[in-house]
Amino acid sequence: MCAVQIKKQAKKYDAIIVGSGAGGGMAAYTLANAGLKVCLIEAGPNYDPAVNSSQLKPAWESPRRGARTQFRPFGDFDGCFWGWNIDGEPYTNAENSNWEWFRARMVGGRTNHWGRISLRFGPKDFKRKDIDGLGDNWPISYDDVKPYYDKVDKLIGVFGTNEGLYNDPDGIFLPPPKPRLHELFIKKAAGNIGIPVIPSRLSILTKPINKDRGSCFYCSQCGRSCKVYADFSSSSCLVKPAIATGNVDLVVNAMAREVLMDRDGLAKGVSYVNKEDLQEYQVYGRTVILAASACESARLLLNSKSERYPNGLANSSGVVGKYLHDSTGADMGGIIPALFDRKRYNEDGVGGMHVYTPWWLDNKKLDFPRGYHIEYGGGLGMPLYGFSWGIEKLNGMFKVKGQQKEAGGYGASLKEDYRYFYGAHVGMAGRGESIAREDSYCEIDPNVVDKYGIPVLKFHTQWTDYEIKQAKHMKETFAEILHSMGALVTWGGDDGPHNNYGLHNPGVIIHEAGTVRMGDDPRKSVLNKYSQAHDVKNLFCVDGGQFVSQADKNITWTILALAMRASDYLISEMKKQNIA
Amino acid sequence: MDRRDSLKALLVTTVSGGVLLEACKNPQTEKEAAAKPAANDADRMEEEKLHDKKLKDETFFKSEEMATIGILADIIIPKDNVSGSATDAKVPDFIEFIVKDMPEYQTPMRGGLRWLDLQCLNRYGNPFKDCPHNQQIEMVDRIAYPNKAKPDMAQGVAFFNLMRNLTATGFYTTEIGWKDVGYVGNTPNQWNGVPDDVLKQYDMAYTEKELKECVSFSKA
Repeated sequence: MCAVQIKKQAKKYDAIIVGSGAGGGMAAYTLANAGLKVCLIEAGPNYDPAVNSSQLKPAWESPRRGARTQFRPFGDFDGCFWGWNIDGEPYTNAENSNWEWFRARMVGGRTNHWGRISLRFGPKDFKRKDIDGLGDNWPISYDDVKPYYDKVDKLIGVFGTNEGLYNDPDGIFLPPPKPRLHELFIKKAAGNIGIPVIPSRLSILTKPINKDRGSCFYCSQCGRSCKVYADFSSSSCLVKPAIATGNVDLVVNAMAREVLMDRDGLAKGVSYVNKEDLQEYQVYGRTVILAASACESARLLLNSKSERYPNGLANSSGVVGKYLHDSTGADMGGIIPALFDRKRYNEDGVGGMHVYTPWWLDNKKLDFPRGYHIEYGGGLGMPLYGFSWGIEKLNGMFKVKGQQKEAGGYGASLKEDYRYFYGAHVGMAGRGESIAREDSYCEIDPNVVDKYGIPVLKFHTQWTDYEIKQAKHMKETFAEILHSMGALVTWGGDDGPHNNYGLHNPGVIIHEAGTVRMGDDPRKSVLNKYSQAHDVKNLFCVDGGQFVSQADKNITWTILALAMRASDYLISEMKKQNIA
Repeated sequence: MDRRDSLKALLVTTVSGGVLLEACKNPQTEKEAAAKPAANDADRMEEEKLHDKKLKDETFFKSEEMATIGILADIIIPKDNVSGSATDAKVPDFIEFIVKDMPEYQTPMRGGLRWLDLQCLNRYGNPFKDCPHNQQIEMVDRIAYPNKAKPDMAQGVAFFNLMRNLTATGFYTTEIGWKDVGYVGNTPNQWNGVPDDVLKQYDMAYTEKELKECVSFSKA
């Protein structure tokens, strides 16, 4: 018997979707509910938060007390399989490039553990070139996407408040949770220096919205994924109900190799390697929808070369892989002496911040072109690995119960210190918009393949002065807010020009976007304004790849809205028989 | 699904690991889920199970090293009138595991323990663990206070900082440690905002807007 066989499936689907995260899950859900037959291919194993979440496990049920591992970079209880390093699936960086590529391998992808920060792009975010001359405008406007944001709000659920902010549009919100104590301190301190702090907008159900999903019970562990489906994960909220229609075949542990083409230059299916039996498979469909993540989708297109498409599929423009960009990120932490020795109560709240700061300044008056929002943390959180690490740098700086002690120490006195400082820490993180640039890109590395023999990506990404100046501004802002609340900086205060003001490497914030971008001009974009390839009309891309720019907002809510919009368009094109 | 059903289902799933959404809909399934507890490792990937098993099957510290770690851990976190000691919370076992999981700690820990023994052998004629308690404390006092330790004790200070941090992390991430520090979360509840007496203590109040817009629960 031959060691490797290619197994061709006889069934022909209406759509083959590659990837089951936000984009793929929404496409599967929308198409399946319209009665289309869907094959959903996922590179990782099945995952159902109701069964597989670590929710409510106490610290001691992890031998490493929740510390990170290669398998879970956000900690041993985090609801995400893999991350920046997957065994046998390398990627490379060109000299001076430092992209850090995060990949989830599981049904639902990164949505199982994400921050649930669900922000609509605003009218300005689709037309940034009109404002500052940089990058490109989207081929669509806020008005095109607004009906889909509304539908996503209703279908999935998001809490927040209507504030009437032009570029942070109102939505259809569930009630937000009240601020925690440190968040009241932040709100007051930031307000005193003119920085707005408003209720956060997270896709967590503070009220029930349907019979299939529970409502939040305030354990703060959304990052582990929710057993009662009270927050949004694609696995629980989209893939599961999509499968329940009977119209979806889910294929797990299936690593897509390439998009298959017919003689007319149309997509006819997808080939993949089954990670369990290591055999090669082919599935066929009327359309192919890529939702494998911005970079994986670009990789698939670039690896789908043929005589007809020597630069890769849907790449007559040469744009596939280009304009790769991530959110910027810089952080700082401090301690609030007013909160020392505070009263204990259950302050877990929802998974994440109850308040945040949307971008509040005018970039015309600043030396960097795009904005950022601020996320906040702190409070009486669960003690996990790293609890009070570095107390020797803290306990000599303050009087403990009126007594000045020597830094460090041990014994009953040290135990008193741990209790005294617990719950007084606060952290802030800026997440900003970078400029999508043609010279920030990924391509196929000619020399390296992964363990399945699939050529891997090589990255060429660097920050520019714009992002570095933005990070500097973040740091100055954080220091001001901390100062305004009487807090002392405990970490992130030593950053400066020597390290780009603590600006994280591109990729670290895990908002990869831009590699399969949309546009009206087929010479400068891969997709049209309905996420459909200019070159191949039965090929779509519905993940972050299609983004022209990514705003100072987290991108998931827009991925969901655009995936729903593209799916509606696809259904209508099929009805009109524009797609056979 | 309403809240009561969610919590009932959650109880089933966290106790048994069974499938809860079915349980919400059907009391019969709830009983079945409870009767057939799923493995407590349903949240683990196969690769993780293999990795953790491999680490648990290995032994890093020698028995003399473990004895010293136990003594140091109980000097750092002794029993007091609030909670038990580091060894009550099995901190040495945690340290044994964590240095295998984070190999970057292996040399600082092994070398630091050896440094400590050599100091004690030279000063007192015995390795640390065999010194009487007063000598152990005298030695620890030389390395426990980074700002006043003598320069020739710097390596010992670095070791003791690591030992203090590992001990504290190992202690406060146990049930004993959570109780000591007063962490009362990790349980289903209704977040109704900061308690009134705490708001008053810090001269804080929710705005009318917040009270009107935010989710509230009756205090019954």
